[in-house]
Amino acid sequence: MVAADSEGPSDPGVRMFRRQRSIPLRGSAAALSNNLSVLQLPVCNLTHFGVVHGPSAQLLSVAPEGVPLAQRQLHAKEGAGVSSPLITQVHWCALPFRVLLVLTSHRGIQMYESDGSVMVYWHALDSRDASPVQAMFARGIASCGHFICVGMWSGRVLVFDIPAKGPNIVLSEELAGHPTSVTDIASEPAQEQDCMADVVTADDSGLLCVWRSGPEFKLLTRIPGFGVPCTSVQLWKGIAAVGYGNGQVRLYETSTGALHVQINAHARAICALDLAPEVGKLLSAAEDTFVHIWKLSKRTESGCTEPSLPQVEHCHGECVPDTQVCGARFCDPSGSSFAVTGYDLAEILTFSSE
Amino acid sequence: MFNKSFIEELLKPQELYSKKALRTIYDRLAHASIMKLNQASMDKLYDLMTMALKYQVLLCPRPKDVLLVTFNHLDTIKGLIQDNPALLHLVDETLRQLIEVYGGLSAGEFQLIRQTLLTFFQDLHIRVSLFLKDKVQNSNGRFVLPVSGPVPWGIEVPGLIRMFDNKGEEVRRVEFPHGGNYVTAPKEGSFEVYGDRVLKLGTNMYSVNRPVETHTSGTSKNLSSQAQQSIAPNPLAKEELNFLAKLMGGMEIKKTSGPEPGFRLNLFTTDEEEEQAALTRPEELSHEVVNIQATQDQQRNQELARIMGEFEVMDQPRWSASKGDDLLAMMDEL
Repeated sequence: MVAADSEGPSDPGVRMFRRQRSIPLRGSAAALSNNLSVLQLPVCNLTHFGVVHGPSAQLLSVAPEGVPLAQRQLHAKEGAGVSSPLITQVHWCALPFRVLLVLTSHRGIQMYESDGSVMVYWHALDSRDASPVQAMFARGIASCGHFICVGMWSGRVLVFDIPAKGPNIVLSEELAGHPTSVTDIASEPAQEQDCMADVVTADDSGLLCVWRSGPEFKLLTRIPGFGVPCTSVQLWKGIAAVGYGNGQVRLYETSTGALHVQINAHARAICALDLAPEVGKLLSAAEDTFVHIWKLSKRTESGCTEPSLPQVEHCHGECVPDTQVCGARFCDPSGSSFAVTGYDLAEILTFSSE
Repeated sequence: MFNKSFIEELLKPQELYSKKALRTIYDRLAHASIMKLNQASMDKLYDLMTMALKYQVLLCPRPKDVLLVTFNHLDTIKGLIQDNPALLHLVDETLRQLIEVYGGLSAGEFQLIRQTLLTFFQDLHIRVSLFLKDKVQNSNGRFVLPVSGPVPWGIEVPGLIRMFDNKGEEVRRVEFPHGGNYVTAPKEGSFEVYGDRVLKLGTNMYSVNRPVETHTSGTSKNLSSQAQQSIAPNPLAKEELNFLAKLMGGMEIKKTSGPEPGFRLNLFTTDEEEEQAALTRPEELSHEVVNIQATQDQQRNQELARIMGEFEVMDQPRWSASKGDDLLAMMDEL
């Protein structure tokens, strides 16, 4: 296995990663983007993993040292149509008073309690919008405050208002901002005064829309694409970290839309980005079999009143031989461990630097 | 097979075929000729086709390159039917239709197509002797994904970080170790009816002079060229598969009243082995090595030679209307 460390950032927490015990899956992972969701539960020392296989998704709860405890399979709700509908994404959404598991497919949106035991909401894709030529699906899931945002093949973003408990979920708004299919959505808690943006949505054309959430979402900035799909997006201190189909990772300042960093990070399409927000670590994974870890920071130019410039350092690279990676996530808040899924691979690979 | 209405039906927007549906179409196509295949040989031929296609889709540098792979297939077919202008026209027409339907799709749409195709091949790990020898497939049935060689067209060689200030001026460049050994892409393949596809995926797997698809550094290059010499395919195997392609290009469907004039294709070393394979074929298609080396069987050589002597290329594919409708109707049912 090829691993490449950079000269060494000052942060001693970022060092050699070692392969840990793999977690077996009932079914292999499908070739999708963002095909791994992780729910960290430090209180009970458990980690939940969610992986899409195809028409089904698998949820696992795992104890420390990678010991699998329980697993559950969820299926896409059938609805109208001939074949078993394919699931596009599965993702845990942490809200102020609860955690919901959201599953998107070619038929609609399913929401469950966090362990997947009870479906609390089902939203079918509107067949009136059906086009004879285009595939219909929901894809792109993020929570923001008490909202859950889900993207659609049409470019619309559905905003659901989630109550503190119970199934009384309401479709609050439909955002129109994208001309092509939504690929991913990212959010962060609104922080400093000048960071008003807390949601970023991305699409197949590479266009990014920056929003401020609320009873009515407000579109703040549009960052144009360049003919390449945006496959994954993360948001950190007002910086949008964006992965593209041409293997590039770009960092944009969301308040101005300015491009600050461009990394020729991978030799194939990026399939996943993840953040460890407390320490500013970014993880990029791509179909080229590589996973890279980066350290983000914001540097203020002295005497400058403009927004501080995002900086990035490479920390670590890991090769997963002969594996078309399809998902990757940090497994702890300090970013000292991460997990990877690959197309056709019936296990979750884990790495740790501790 | 290149009948206009058949192609039009294929190119209609539709869901991915189920595995059963594709196998049925494949069986029908293979048997719509004088060729006969024992169940076991048919299974092996299908496995070979499936794994070859999985290899091509998986190794495509860009999602859009699945179209170039298809064009390579059609270009090769055209090379085999040079003496049949009517058929050539049909294949050119197919190329034009493909360009019209797929030429304008976006990168994101091709990514979805490729991801959907990959669901069809998920969990298939049948080992193919040719792939194992070429070292493009590991002994566990998984394909090798090289981390060296040219990057896909439109992608830059990884390893560079560029930082810009608020005015958009580049202020810093830093290199980082990306772990691979990549070079720039030489040129883009052509998506026209005629042109250099550049990509080698989808070309004849059995052509002796085919280039090694995986790019290797200095020392390993010698090894792979040695390996290429030692697996120079049995010319008879090459002949059989070219003949198969010729047959599917369209010919009269002979109704056999008397003794069978057709020939039987056996993909095993002996008839007994073929029978045995039919009996012991496992439910899941796993851990089987498909060996496409023809036998030295004298009888079959003579039979093949005799048929090739008799073979007459028809001007028009005798794909009678009822047969075509049957196929389409059958596809509708599935």
